[in-house]
Amino acid sequence: MKNTALIHITDLLKTFPMGKREFTALKDINLTFSAGEFAGIVGPSGSGKTTLLNIIGTLDAPTKGDTLVIGHSVGDLNSKDAADLRNKHLGFIFQTYNLLQVYTVFENVELPLLLLKIPSEKRKEMVLQSLEWVGLTDKIKSRPAQLSGGECQRVSIARAMVKSPQIVLADEPTANLDAKNSHNILQTMEKLNRELNTTFIFATHDEKVIQYLHRKISLEDGQVINDETIKG
Amino acid sequence: MLLAIKLAYRNLVGAKLRTWLNVFVLSLSFVVIIWQKGILNGWDQQARRDTINWEIGGGQYWQENYDPYDPFALEDSHARLSVATERAVAEGKLTPILISQATMYPEGRIQNILLKGIDPNQKIIELPSWELISENGDIPAMIGKRNAKNNHLKMGDYVTIRWRDANGTFDAVEVRIVHIFKTNVATLDMGVLWIPLKQHQKMTQMDGEATILVTAQETGFDGSMVGWDYKDHYFLLSEIREMIEMKSIGGYVMFVILMSLAMLAIFDTQVLSIFRRQKEIGTHIALGMTQKQVIALFTIEGAAHSVLAAILAGIYGFPILAYQASVGWTMPGSTDDFGMTIAETIYPAYSIGLVFGTTLIVLITTTIVSYFPTRRISKMKPTDAIRGKIQ
Repeated sequence: MKNTALIHITDLLKTFPMGKREFTALKDINLTFSAGEFAGIVGPSGSGKTTLLNIIGTLDAPTKGDTLVIGHSVGDLNSKDAADLRNKHLGFIFQTYNLLQVYTVFENVELPLLLLKIPSEKRKEMVLQSLEWVGLTDKIKSRPAQLSGGECQRVSIARAMVKSPQIVLADEPTANLDAKNSHNILQTMEKLNRELNTTFIFATHDEKVIQYLHRKISLEDGQVINDETIKG
Repeated sequence: MLLAIKLAYRNLVGAKLRTWLNVFVLSLSFVVIIWQKGILNGWDQQARRDTINWEIGGGQYWQENYDPYDPFALEDSHARLSVATERAVAEGKLTPILISQATMYPEGRIQNILLKGIDPNQKIIELPSWELISENGDIPAMIGKRNAKNNHLKMGDYVTIRWRDANGTFDAVEVRIVHIFKTNVATLDMGVLWIPLKQHQKMTQMDGEATILVTAQETGFDGSMVGWDYKDHYFLLSEIREMIEMKSIGGYVMFVILMSLAMLAIFDTQVLSIFRRQKEIGTHIALGMTQKQVIALFTIEGAAHSVLAAILAGIYGFPILAYQASVGWTMPGSTDDFGMTIAETIYPAYSIGLVFGTTLIVLITTTIVSYFPTRRISKMKPTDAIRGKIQ
């Protein structure tokens, strides 16, 4: 199942206007991600990890260069097509979980399926399956405020995984969690990667995450300084 | 769209107290606006009905010189009735009223009045003219309650009146108040003294003459008469119409204030939502919603307040308004002195059009007010929105 290229990044440049000058966030990025990878973009704050993740996630566009995500050039996508790509093929896990506070756990996980217009019965089945993956079937009626940080992040993983996306992008997923919860989360994601062949790409500087990575891409000042396969 | 409605519903239900506070404020606006409009409608209908029944019948013929706003014109505002007109009067299709200026001396004070002569046997208007049938030799007169109160007159009192006859000669006589009537139509009451038509014609040496002719409502006289101008309901009710319109303007001001308060609550909620819920917006976009879908979601969420408010207003407003419509709204006693045609108790009149019109206006306004803040979403960068960066 592995070795199918999902993401091709060629000569990527990303700059942001900063007053009258331009700030270069990413430069000369050339990367390829294959299906089923468990990779991490690692680097200190301000190194461009999140920017790179946002471009892969079609939430931002490159200034120059080409970024192909599942055959779609991110720079050429209009907002509707980008939304469509995210809707069908990408899952997101955020540092602050970004759960909708007024929704129950079930409703939070169900949301991506509503956008995909999946019928109610099938939706219910998929949500329960996803919550089973993360071990939260007993919390379906709870609201995020009633959950611990670890549980919230697991709901976030279930939401990202519920539509079985090809790629899951996780931005500092353990930053707000203690060590025990971090390991639980990472083990869950590793298991999903293994069982479902979902590509996970992390942006992190957390050593706990790094030790789980199969591939580590180090960024510094917007440039890739190292790209190594840790586990094979 | 269905998705946006479903999510908006979830958001509203999930927001609990915040939603219900806004919905309650908006529902109050619904109820008060409908109630106020109902009162005005009820007043309008009652005022028209009373004026038609008590004063103008099916319409009036005015002697061509008659101008109710020019007291000096009254001297020349009378004419003899033609034979055909006399026949119509005898058939009960018309009733003549003779109007002249006079002075009344209640308790020695001077009071300018309009002396109106009416046939005591007429049945065209509800003015209790039959009370003027008197056989004891006195000149019977009747006045309205407001007039009696202002001049401290009561039934059985004698009061001196002075007038000019057709030749301009002053004359005076004592009349006896035989009846004090109560009417909602102030123009029949304030500053008016009613006496029998024949008596009036005799006093003023205007035998067989009249100033106005009131036509019956059902079998009205519809011929034209030389020297007399026909005034229809539209013309004769114009004062009431204008008064109600004036009151309606006041009503609109109230409407605007109430709507503004309600809309401010919605607008405030929406603006706050955009700032407070940036992360949520960013999350929606990351999950695959287009910006248009997010705008639709927030706009529907705002507009849904008015739908819920309409339902809530229906639940508690309907019984309140129905009760009010059955018992009416009793006006303060002092309104008698306002000189307006106004009943002691106004029964609000609600129509389907009023309810649906108000609902539609509130719904459209709420949607517009909800839409404008949500337009900001389209300017929001998803990457910043996800992080909840205030822009």
